[in-house]
This record gives sequence, structure tokens and C-alpha cells, in this order.
Amino acid sequence: MKDAFASLADWFFAEPIRIYLLASVIKSAVVLGVLLTAVAYTVWLERKVVGHMQNRWGPTRVGPFGLLQPAADGIKFLFKEDLTPPHVYKPLFLAAPLIAVIFALTSIAVIPFGNSFTIRGYSIPLQITDVNTGLLLILGVTSIGVYGVALAGWSSNNKYSLLGGLRASAQMVSYEISLGLSLVGVLIKSGSFSLRDIVNSQAGHFWGFIPHWNIFTGQFVGFFCYLMAAYAETNRIPFDLPEAETELVAGYHTEYSAMKFAMFFMAEYANMITVACLATLMFFGGWNGPLFGPRILQIILPVFWFAAKVSGFLFLYIWVRGTLPRFRYDQLMAFGWKFLLPLALVNLIATAIAIAW
Amino acid sequence: MLNVHLILFLAFGAVCVAGAVNLLAQTHPINSALSLIAVMAALAGEYLLLGAEFVAAVQVIVYAGAIMVLFVFVIMLLNAGVEEHTQGSRVAILFGVPGMLLGSILVAWVVLQHSGTESVAAGALKGDPVTIGQLLFHQFLLPFEITSVLILIAIMGAVVLASKPPTSPAPAPARKVD
Repeated sequence: MKDAFASLADWFFAEPIRIYLLASVIKSAVVLGVLLTAVAYTVWLERKVVGHMQNRWGPTRVGPFGLLQPAADGIKFLFKEDLTPPHVYKPLFLAAPLIAVIFALTSIAVIPFGNSFTIRGYSIPLQITDVNTGLLLILGVTSIGVYGVALAGWSSNNKYSLLGGLRASAQMVSYEISLGLSLVGVLIKSGSFSLRDIVNSQAGHFWGFIPHWNIFTGQFVGFFCYLMAAYAETNRIPFDLPEAETELVAGYHTEYSAMKFAMFFMAEYANMITVACLATLMFFGGWNGPLFGPRILQIILPVFWFAAKVSGFLFLYIWVRGTLPRFRYDQLMAFGWKFLLPLALVNLIATAIAIAW
Repeated sequence: MLNVHLILFLAFGAVCVAGAVNLLAQTHPINSALSLIAVMAALAGEYLLLGAEFVAAVQVIVYAGAIMVLFVFVIMLLNAGVEEHTQGSRVAILFGVPGMLLGSILVAWVVLQHSGTESVAAGALKGDPVTIGQLLFHQFLLPFEITSVLILIAIMGAVVLASKPPTSPAPAPARKVD
């Protein structure tokens, strides 16, 4: 018995395991912290950029350039009264924001954001966990996230909320097909579900300057389909029908207040960041970019390129929000089923033929 | 390491059975639907432990993420209320319970006959797109295509059932003019 414990302790405290555990804990903490900060500052960026697009200033009062506005908002959300209306179905009313935010934050776990580096002979990849079905895991987790919105709409027991929840579930199921199909072209090219392999398959250049990113090697149509479907999946303008303020008060989160309301917004912005990360990994070569300088810069630069590309996508999101009006609901469905789905299928067939040639 | 897998397998199995029992016990359709989602998710965990990563992911994406969303959608759309539970039929008790016992014995017997078969461990099978594609479009091409035709027929049947028969346009409702 003593030997068994001793061997277990040996196994547990062996150096590879210790390094692995320590690295995992540090990576998880850092990634979660960065993600939550990014969520808060995407809200700030959106208010600032849309403000400037509409000839306003956006937040300016709290801190320089309004940079402390997210902190002020967070404190306000924490201290506001958390109302639960008497007519709601309580268990699901409480569970819905949790479902939304948990599944939105989970999918970051498989996203790689840089090369691996070596400490004392142990290679540590810049990614919380590298699973060989990483892409499928992200699709699965985001497809579960719709329950947060749908159940919030239903359990609020309010016609506007219910309509918002119904719209969200119909819209997300419709556009998920196009989203999945638009990524299959990339899968055919890379031959792997692992996001790290997909990024590594995009390394290199044509003639020394045009990178081998999937968008430059024939997946432009796939990228277009992905972008459209991703806007719809994250309920963003021009597809923000589930929370259309002019029609449905606030849609599925009409009855929510304080931190529960904030959770829905955290989920929405976390989903935006996930979708932007996935676009970068699948079509824009992930962390691939010019590398130079000493060894420490070789580790930091890929992360910088990755973050820069993701920020570009987030800016695109905000730009579209400041530019386009909202679709009508029948237009949304017609666009998804009659235009985007056939286009994604054509892209898939064309890619398959081109690879088989 | 194998024991950890066994414990996890049994735990997911327990969640699966508990979800299925809860599905029957709940009176509100939305609670039943949510229990079914728990069953689906636990099944995905079982597939993962059996080494079938692709099947596990598809289980979550298709069943938990798409089909069950439509279930919930329909329940929300119809605003289905609380069900009434009946006493249950005597036929079900007379034939169902012995039938279930017989089935369990049969399954146990078959499993024991094949107990020499090696069990698969997580990560034993290759789950990359190339292997999946080879299996679907070479070895299992006929079942795969027949299933797709079956689904197509089901879709067409649903469209036929849902479309209203062509009728003469209804007369415009008389408008009151004050």
C-alpha cells in the first residue's frame, strides 16, 4: 500500500507532470484574464469607434479617452439591483445567462495563439490544450451556446423575449450549416481537424512575399461565407434580429438586469472574439507573419501577429455595425438558405475538384 | 490510466440513465427536452472514451446542437403546457417488464460470449478527416448514400404535409367604413 502511494506520488511529482501542470495553470489563468479584458475593451472599442463614425466622441469622462469606462460599467453592473420578475420560470431564468457565458468562454481553450517554446527541454505550446478535433470542439461548444439565448427568451414568460428567443434559435440553426460548410474547404486542404496543423499548413510564401494563407490560395469564397455566417451566429448587426431594439424592446434579455444582463453581453463579445480567432486561424494563417530579432522576439512576434489579425476582425465587426442597417426576418432566412448555403456548397465542390485534379 | 477511463465511462453512463429517467419523470416538455440534451451530451462523452472522437463531436454538433434546438424551438413556438401523467397501461406492465428483462439478459449473454474482445481506449482510433472520408466514401458508401436518400424523402414528405392544398383565394374581409 505504501509503495502504491509512493509510486503515485513519484508519478505526480515527476518533473514532466509538474512542468505540465504548472504550465497549464499559468496558461489558463493568463488566457482567461486576457479574454475577459479583451471582452471589456471590445465594448469600449465599439462605443468609441461607432461614436466617431456617427460624429460623436463616445466615452470620454472616465479616465483618459474613456479607457476606464469598462471598469466603471462592471462596478455598476455588480451593484445594481438584480430583479427577478415574479412571472418567470426561475430555474431556467437563472441558468440561461450562465449557459450563455460558460459556453462562450469555453471555446477559447483549444485556440492556439502562437508557436511552442522550450523551457529546460520541455516544449510548451502557446495554447491551453491541443486536441486533434479542435475545430469540431469549437463548433460543438458554440452550437450548445444557443440554448442560453433560447431558454432566456422562453423562461422570461414575455412575448418580446419569446420572439427574440425563437428568432435566435431559428437563425443560429440555419446559419450553422453554412458556417460548417464554409470551413470544409480549408479542411480538405489541410487534412486535419487540429487547429495547430491547419495553421502550420499555411506557412510559407509565394515568390517570397505573398503568404500561403488560405484566403490567398483559393478559399476566398469560403471566407466570405464564413464571415456572413459568423455575423449571424453571433447575433450582430446586420443580423441582430433576436435583440432588435426597434421591434422587440431588447429581445431575449428584456427581463434581465444587473450582472445577468451583463453576462449576455459578455457571452456575445466572447463569441465575437472566438469567431475572429477562428477566422484568423482558418483563413489568415494564424500566427504566421514576418519573424526577426532575438529568440525572445521569435516567441512574442507570432502572438503579436495573431492578436493584430484578431483585432482587425473585431474592428471589421464594429465597422459593419456602424455602416449597415438591419435585415428583415424573411430576408435573413432567404439569404441564409437560398444564397449562402448554395454558395458554400459550390465552394466545397470546387475545392474538392481542384484538390483532386 | 485504464481505471480512470472505466470510472469516467461509468459516470457518463450514470448521467445518461439519470437523464433518461428524468426525461420521463418531468411534467413540463421543456424540462424533458433539456434532460434529453443531457443524455446526448453524456453519450458524446461515452463515444469519446471509446476512442471515437469524430463521432463524439458530431453527436454534440448534430444532436445536442441542432436537432434538440429544433425540439426546444417547437416547444417554445407551441407554448406547450404541463403534461398530465396517466396511471399507465396494464399491457405495458404485463408485457413490457418481462420483455425488458428478457432483452437485458440477451444483451448480457451476447456481451459475455464476446468478453474476450479487446476494449478500445481513448485515442486508439485515428479521427482525422482523411480516414473518415475514406471510410464514408469507400467502405460505407452504399449505406451512406442510402441514408442521404432516406433523409431527402423525409424532407420531401414534411414539405408535402406542411404545404396547404391550393385553394381559391379567400374573399377579402369586408371593411367597415364609419
